[in-house]
Amino acid sequence: MPDIYKIYKDLEQDEIILSFKGDITQDLLSSVFSIMESRLEQEDKPQLKKKFYHILIECLQNLYHHNETMNAEENESNGSAIFMIGRGENNSFRIITGNFILNSNSEILQTKIDKVNGMNAEELRAHYLDKLNTNEMTEKGGAGLGMIDIARKSGHKIDYNFHKVSEKYSFFSLVVTVQ
Amino acid sequence: MEKLTVEQGVKTPYISFSHDSGVMELKGKSIPENSIEFYRPVYAWLDEYAKQPKNKTSMIVQLEYFNTSSSKCLLDIFRKLEPLLKDSKSEVTVTWLYEEDDEDMMEAGEDYQTIVKLPFDIQKIS
Repeated sequence: MPDIYKIYKDLEQDEIILSFKGDITQDLLSSVFSIMESRLEQEDKPQLKKKFYHILIECLQNLYHHNETMNAEENESNGSAIFMIGRGENNSFRIITGNFILNSNSEILQTKIDKVNGMNAEELRAHYLDKLNTNEMTEKGGAGLGMIDIARKSGHKIDYNFHKVSEKYSFFSLVVTVQ
Repeated sequence: MEKLTVEQGVKTPYISFSHDSGVMELKGKSIPENSIEFYRPVYAWLDEYAKQPKNKTSMIVQLEYFNTSSSKCLLDIFRKLEPLLKDSKSEVTVTWLYEEDDEDMMEAGEDYQTIVKLPFDIQKIS
């Protein structure tokens, strides 16, 4: 039997208030948004609430769009990913996601994040407007603006990690701070 | 021309576009995973409207949230209205409404104001 208490304690220690591991579906996202909307009713800072909600939407929809389904030989769990919402220092929130991606996509992604992490508010705005103006929509409905928007709204550096799991895949984790 | 009315959804906005009045309202939340699917009929309606627009076209946007996918679609909507003004087919104005204390939505309005070539009025609602 898995050590449930240990899992619980670890989550408590990291101040996780919501956690999910499994297939990322549209229904799941709807449920999570709903849950967090009610959860945050009691928070008394309307600006933080809105900001949090907005960033949550972008992070989860990124996860939904970019999560790779590893084929059966490489991993037991197909198409499954993880996300968590936790509290951080100084009354902040953390939104944490983890999913498999193709190694061939890692470099582009890393470059994208490093780029926005190195920009100030004005630069981010200009970058966002530039991409908004010029980017084509992908067929999945992605506008290529997610990371820029997250960086802009968060105001903190986006923390990330790539963990190589095979020749083909890495596990990409992301932590966004909302304060 | 038929009015375009879309009921507000959990992730999609209320839409009421009228050819008779030239008033186009877009309200609520726009956070669908794939916004292209949702906005496709809106684009089609606008293309039809553009053939014989009213003298005055008034676009009113009042959103609580929108995801980046929708932000692109919103821009595309504004882009469809730009030629009407440019070619003097219609006096187009955009009113962007945001709730008091919603700085993010105000800034989003300013973003569009910067790149959209239409009279763009940003108003606070209490």
